[in-house]
Amino acid sequence: MAEHDKPPVDEISGVETTGHEWDGITELDNPLPRWWLWCFYASIVWAIGYMIFMPALPAPPGFDGHTRGLRNHSERANVAVALADLEARRGPMFAQLQQTVDEGGVVAVLNDGDLLNFTLAAGRSAFGDNCATCHGVGGGGFTGYPNLRDDDWIWGGSFDDIRHTIVAGIRWEEHPETRFSEMPAFGRDQLLSREEINAVTDYVMTLSSLTVSENADLALGAEIYQRECASCHMDDGRGDQSIGAPNLTNNIWLYGGSREQIRHAIHRGPYGVMPAWEQRLPEPVITALAAYVYLLGGGETLQQREAGLAPQMAAETASAG
Amino acid sequence: MNLIHNRPGASGGDAADGVARLDVDAVNAVGQRELYQKRQQIYPKLVHGRFRLAKWVFLVLALGVYYLLPFVRWDRGPEGPSQAVLVDFPNARFYFFFIELWPQEVYYITGLLILAALALFLVTALFGRVWCGYACPQTVWTDLFIAVERLFEGDRNKRILLDRAPMSFNKAWRKTGKHVVWLAIAAATGGAWILYFHDAFDLLRDFFTGQAALTAYIFFALLTFTTYSLAGTLREQVCTYMCPWPRIQGALTDRESLAVTYRTDRGEPRGRHKKGESWDGRGDCIDCKACVAACPMGIDIRQGPQLECIGCALCIDACDDIMDKVGRPRGLIAYDTDDNIARRKAGEPARWRFVRPRVVLYAVLIAGVCAIMLAGLVSREELGLHADRDRNPNFVVLTDGSVRNAYTLNVQNKARVTRHLSLAVSADPQPGVQLLGARDELVLEIGPDRTRTFQVFLTLPREAALRHSIPVMFTITDPQTGETAFTQDVFVTGAAP
Ligand code: HEC
Ligand code: HEC
Repeated sequence: MAEHDKPPVDEISGVETTGHEWDGITELDNPLPRWWLWCFYASIVWAIGYMIFMPALPAPPGFDGHTRGLRNHSERANVAVALADLEARRGPMFAQLQQTVDEGGVVAVLNDGDLLNFTLAAGRSAFGDNCATCHGVGGGGFTGYPNLRDDDWIWGGSFDDIRHTIVAGIRWEEHPETRFSEMPAFGRDQLLSREEINAVTDYVMTLSSLTVSENADLALGAEIYQRECASCHMDDGRGDQSIGAPNLTNNIWLYGGSREQIRHAIHRGPYGVMPAWEQRLPEPVITALAAYVYLLGGGETLQQREAGLAPQMAAETASAG
Repeated sequence: MNLIHNRPGASGGDAADGVARLDVDAVNAVGQRELYQKRQQIYPKLVHGRFRLAKWVFLVLALGVYYLLPFVRWDRGPEGPSQAVLVDFPNARFYFFFIELWPQEVYYITGLLILAALALFLVTALFGRVWCGYACPQTVWTDLFIAVERLFEGDRNKRILLDRAPMSFNKAWRKTGKHVVWLAIAAATGGAWILYFHDAFDLLRDFFTGQAALTAYIFFALLTFTTYSLAGTLREQVCTYMCPWPRIQGALTDRESLAVTYRTDRGEPRGRHKKGESWDGRGDCIDCKACVAACPMGIDIRQGPQLECIGCALCIDACDDIMDKVGRPRGLIAYDTDDNIARRKAGEPARWRFVRPRVVLYAVLIAGVCAIMLAGLVSREELGLHADRDRNPNFVVLTDGSVRNAYTLNVQNKARVTRHLSLAVSADPQPGVQLLGARDELVLEIGPDRTRTFQVFLTLPREAALRHSIPVMFTITDPQTGETAFTQDVFVTGAAP
C-alpha cells in the first residue's frame, strides 16, 4: 500500500516526477528554491503596503467610491496637472500668435514656418473640439452648415470677417453684435403665390446656369426677383455679405442645389443659426481658429492667388502690409 | 550535511604529487528531498589553462568596451552630438558611429535583434552554450565578482574556512573590502549605462553636481543594484532558475553540437588511483573531483549534459591540469559531441560535422538578413517625402467651378544642414499649385535633422477635372546637392468614376 503512494522517480535524473504523463513526457518535480518563496512573501508584504499607500479598496457608499490611500494619489488630479502644464507651455505660442496677428495681420503668420505649423495644429484641435459637429471634421460642411474650405463666403472671407463671425455668432441673439438678417418666408407667409414662387425659382436657377424646364416663366420670375429679392441678393444675384445674403450665381448652395431645395428655401426663408464663441473660448484660441479657417484654403486674398498657377505670396505680403 | 560537502581538501592517498581528492558534491545531486530547496553556497576553485585565459581576455575586452565606449567621440558637425554611440530619447535619434537612425527606422534595430537571435542559434548549434559560458553579462560580471572575492578572501578552501570562522577583525575587513569593491564595480556599471543616453562628459559633470535628470539617478541606482545582487549574491541562481535560455537551448542543439563533455568512454570505470598503479582495465577518471570544485555552477559534469551547465569550460582546464599530473593525455573532459561518445563506445572513429542542415539554415538566414539590412543602410536617403491628401472633405468646388484638393506634405531632412528644397508637382492635366507659407517660389525651407509639414493646394479648372481621379507626383529637389525624393498621390475631382 505504502509503495503505491510513492511518486514515480525519473530514471536518468533520479528525481521524482509529478506523476502526470503526456504522450510519454513526464515532468520532474524539482523543489522550488527557498529564496523564491521569500520573494513570494515579500510580494505579499508589498501588496499590503500598496493597498495602504495607494487607492485600492472600494469604500462604503458616501465615501467617494474607494479608499484614498496615504499618498492620496489620483490619476484625475494628475491629468489636471498635466493639462495645466500643457496650457502653460502652449501659452507663449498663443501669445506670439496673437501678437503677430495684431501687428501684421494673418499673412504675417505665413512668414514664420513654426508659428504657421503651430497655428494649424492648435486651430485643427480647437476646430475638432468645437466646430466639427456642425461643419465636419475638415470644415467640409453639410446642408445648412457651410463649407469653410471654399471661396464662397456668406458673411465675408477676410480674416477679420471670419473672426467676427466666430466671436459674435450668426443670428445668436444673446450676442449684441451677432450677425443678423432675415429672409422673408415667401411661401409660408403667403407673400408670393405658388406660381410666383415656381417662376422665381426657375429664374434663380438660371443665374447659375442650371437647366430649367422649357415652359418656365422666366419673365415673371425676373420681375418678381427684381421686386422682392434684389434688395438683398442684389440685381445680378451676387448677394451681399454685409447682410449674409448668399451669392445665388456660383452654384454653391448652402441649402442644396436641386430645384426642390431651392424652391423650399424661398418658401420658408432659411434662418441658419450659429452660436457666438466669445464667452466660450479664450481670445487667442479664437484667433487660432479664425486663422485656421482662413488658411483652410478659402480665405479671401489667399484664394486670389489661385487664379495664377504660381503662388505670389511676396506680392500678397506686400499688399497686405 | 552542508558542512561536510564543503570540507576542504581531506585527502585519502594521493594519485600524484599535488593531486588531492576534493571533498565536494554537486549542488544538484539527488539528495534529501525538501519541499523548498535551501541554497548551497558554491566556492569555485581557481583554475589555470587555455579556457580560463580565453575567458579573462574576453572579460577585459567586453568590460573595456562597455565602460569606455560612451567616451568615444565622433564628428557630426556643429549641430550633431559628438558621441559615437548615443541613444537620444528626447530628440528620438539613435547614433552609432556613422549611422543615424530615426524612429521610423527602428526596423534596423529589429533586424539587429533578429540577427543577434540567429547568431545565437547558429553558435549554439555549433558549439553549445558558448554565449552562456563566455559572453553573457551574467557570466562576465559574476566572473569579475568572484575574482574580487578571491582577492580579499583567498581561493576556495580559504573562503570556506573564512565563512565558517567566527567574526574577527580579519574576517570583518576582508568581507567589508569585498563588498566595497563590488559596490564600486556595480556603481560603475550603472554609471556607464546611463552614459549611453546622454553626452557622457556632460552627464558625468551633471551627475556629480546633482543636476542630472531624475531618471539618470533612478537607472543608475537600478543597475547598480541589479549588478551587485545578480553578480555578487544570486550568481548561478540566475542561470538555473531565472533565465529562459537554458530551457530553449535544448531545442537548438543536436547530437553533433559541441558541448563541454565528460568522455565516459575514456573515463569509466572511474576510481581512485595511486601513484604507480596500473591503468589497465579502468578509466582515466581518478574521481578527484577537481572538475566539481572548479565549477561556478556547482555541478558534476560527469553526470552528462545538464540544465545547469553554462559551458564555461573551466572543468576542462581543471581536469587537464590533473591529467598532466597523473601522466595521462589531456581531454578527459573536452568539447565533444554526444554522437562521438556513442561512436567511440561502438568502436567507430569520432566524426566532426559542422555542415549540418540546421547550421546551414541559420547561416543562410543570417546572410539574408545581413544583406537586406546592408542594402537598406546603403540606400538610405537623407531626404524623405510623404504626401497625405485631405479626405474630409475629399475635394472642394470653388465659385468658378474649379476643383481643389488639399495635401499635407511631410518632409524629412536627415542631413545636418538647413535645406531649401524646390517642389515640383506633375499631373496630367497640370494643376495650379499653391504652397501655404511659401514666400516666392515653391521652396520648402527645412532645418537640419528635422521633419516638417507643409500645406499644398492643387486646383484644376472644371473643364480639366473630367476623370474621377488623376495621379499626381510630388517631387522635392535640393538644388545644392541634387538629391531628390518623390511620392505619388491622386487628385480627386468629384466626377463620376
Ligand atoms: C451649432 C452648429 C455650429 C457650430 C457648433 C459652429 N457653427 Fe459655424 N456656422 C453654422 C451655421 C448654421 C452657419 C451658417 C449660418 C448662416 O446660415 O449664415 C455657420 C457659419 C460659419 C461661418 C461663416 C461662413 C461664411 O460663409 O461666411 C464661419 C466662419 C463659421 N461658421 C465658423 C465656425 C467655427 C470656427 C466654429 C467653431 C468654433 C463654428 N463655426 C461652429 C453652424 C455652426
Ligand atoms: C431680407 C433679405 C432677403 C430677401 C428680401 C431675400 N433673401 Fe434670400 N436669403 C437671404 C438670406 C440672409 C439668406 C441666407 C439664410 C441663411 O443663411 O440661413 C438667403 C438665402 C436664400 C437662398 C438659399 C441660398 C443657398 O445657398 O442655399 C435662396 C435660394 C434665396 N435666398 C432666394 C431668394 C429669393 C428668390 C428671394 C426673393 C423672392 C429672396 N431670397 C429674398 C436674404 C434675403
